[in-house]
Amino acid sequence: MSMSTNRIARAVAAKDLRIELRSRVVANQVLPFSGLVMVMFAFALDNDDVLQRVAGGLVWLATLFSLFILVQRTFAVETYDGALDSLRVAGVNPQGIFIGKAAALFVQLLVLETMLFIAAVVLYRVNVNGSGLVLLVTCVLCASAGLAFVGTLYGGLTAGARGRETLLPLLLLPVVAPVLICATRATESAFRSGGLTVGEGWPWVAVLAVFAAVFGLGGLLSFSSLIEE
Amino acid sequence: MMATESVINFVDAVAVYNGYPALAGVTLRVESNEIVLLQGPNGAGKSTLLRACAGLIPVVRGTAHVLGYDLTIDRESVRERVGLLGHQNGLFGELTIAENVSFWSTIVGASTQERNSAMERMAIDGRLAGRRVSELSAGQKRRCAFACLVVRRAELWLLDEPHAGLDAKGRDEIDRIVQEAAASGATIVVASHEIERAQQLATRTISLVAGQVRDLQ
Repeated sequence: MSMSTNRIARAVAAKDLRIELRSRVVANQVLPFSGLVMVMFAFALDNDDVLQRVAGGLVWLATLFSLFILVQRTFAVETYDGALDSLRVAGVNPQGIFIGKAAALFVQLLVLETMLFIAAVVLYRVNVNGSGLVLLVTCVLCASAGLAFVGTLYGGLTAGARGRETLLPLLLLPVVAPVLICATRATESAFRSGGLTVGEGWPWVAVLAVFAAVFGLGGLLSFSSLIEE
Repeated sequence: MMATESVINFVDAVAVYNGYPALAGVTLRVESNEIVLLQGPNGAGKSTLLRACAGLIPVVRGTAHVLGYDLTIDRESVRERVGLLGHQNGLFGELTIAENVSFWSTIVGASTQERNSAMERMAIDGRLAGRRVSELSAGQKRRCAFACLVVRRAELWLLDEPHAGLDAKGRDEIDRIVQEAAASGATIVVASHEIERAQQLATRTISLVAGQVRDLQ
C-alpha cells in the first residue's frame, strides 16, 4: 500500500468514525434495533434449549440486518452533499477510500457484535469456555472483515443508484449468505451447541478468512470502476 | 501542460450522462489565466460541461483536452489538477468547518500552514471554525467549501453557481477569492445566472445554448 493510499485510508476511516461518534447512528439506532431483534427472537422461540441451540445464528442474522443500515449510512454521508464527487475530482486513489470505509465499517461491526454476544449470553444463557472464546473472537474478526469488505463494495456500487435502499439488501443478502452460514457454524462450535466441539469450528473460520481475502482483493481491484458514473 | 496549449480545448466533444448524450458536439477553448463566464438557460448543459471538464462525465466522441491531458484516455491526471465546486458543497454535516478543511487538506496532501491560510482567506475565525457544518447558513457552508477548494491548489477552477445562497458580503468574498486565484495563476470557468456580477469578474463571456458554445465578448 503506497503512502498516499495509506494516508487517504486513515483520513477516510477517521472521518467516518468521527461522524459516527457525532451522529450516534450505531448507538441510537443500530444497537437498539439489533437488540430488539434478539429480544423478539427470545420471545418468539421461548425455549431455553432451542435458544441456546440457535443463539449463534440469531446473533449473525441480527448482524446482517444491521449491516444494511450501517452500509447505507456510511455511503449516505458521502452522497448527501456530493462529497463522493469531490473525492473523485480530487484524484483520490479509490483504493484508499475503499480501505478507509471498510476499516470504519469493521470497527462499527465489532462494537455491534460485541453487544450482540453479550445480549446472547444474558438473554439466551449461552456458555463459552477459554478455547471457545478464542474461536469466537477469531470468527468475529474474520466475519467482520468479510462483511466490511463486501458491504463497502456493494455500498459503493449502489451509492448513486435510484432505489438504493431496497437495492442494497437485494444485492447484498445472497452474497453474504456464506458469512451467515460459516459464522453461525463456527459460533455454534464456540458455544458447543448441540454437542459440537470447538475444534469443529475452525474450518468454518478458515472459509470466513478466505471470503474476507477474496472480497478485500476484489474490492481493491474494482472499487474504482464501481464509484464512477 | 505546455505553455502554448489551451487549458481547455474541446472540439466537437460529446459527453454521455446516464446513458444520454448530455453535450452534443461542444467546441470550446479556454486559455491560461482567463476567467470565463459560462452562461446559458437552465438545462443548456453548463453543469454537465463543467463536470465533463473535471473528468466526472466521460467524453465519448470528439477531442477533449484539459490542462494538456486527453480526457478520453487520462481523466485521472485531469482530476488531480482541477477543482470543482458544484451545486453541492462536498462537506460533511456532522463535522466542524475546521475538521472538514482538515480532512480535505489531508486528502490532497496540503500542509497545516496551507490549511490555516485557506481558512484565513475565507474569513473563517476560531469561533466559526469550531461550528458543525449542519448548523451553518448556506453562505457559511459555501465559504467552507471554498476553503476546501483553496487547499487543492488547483490549476483550473470550475465553479458552478458559486454565488448561490450567499448574501452581498459573501458574494464579494467569493469574487475576491476568485480574483486572487486568477492572480496566482489559476484559470477559472464560472457558470452563473448572476450575469452582471459574474461579468464584472470575467475576462470573457461565453454562452452555451443547446450544447453549442458561442463567444459573447
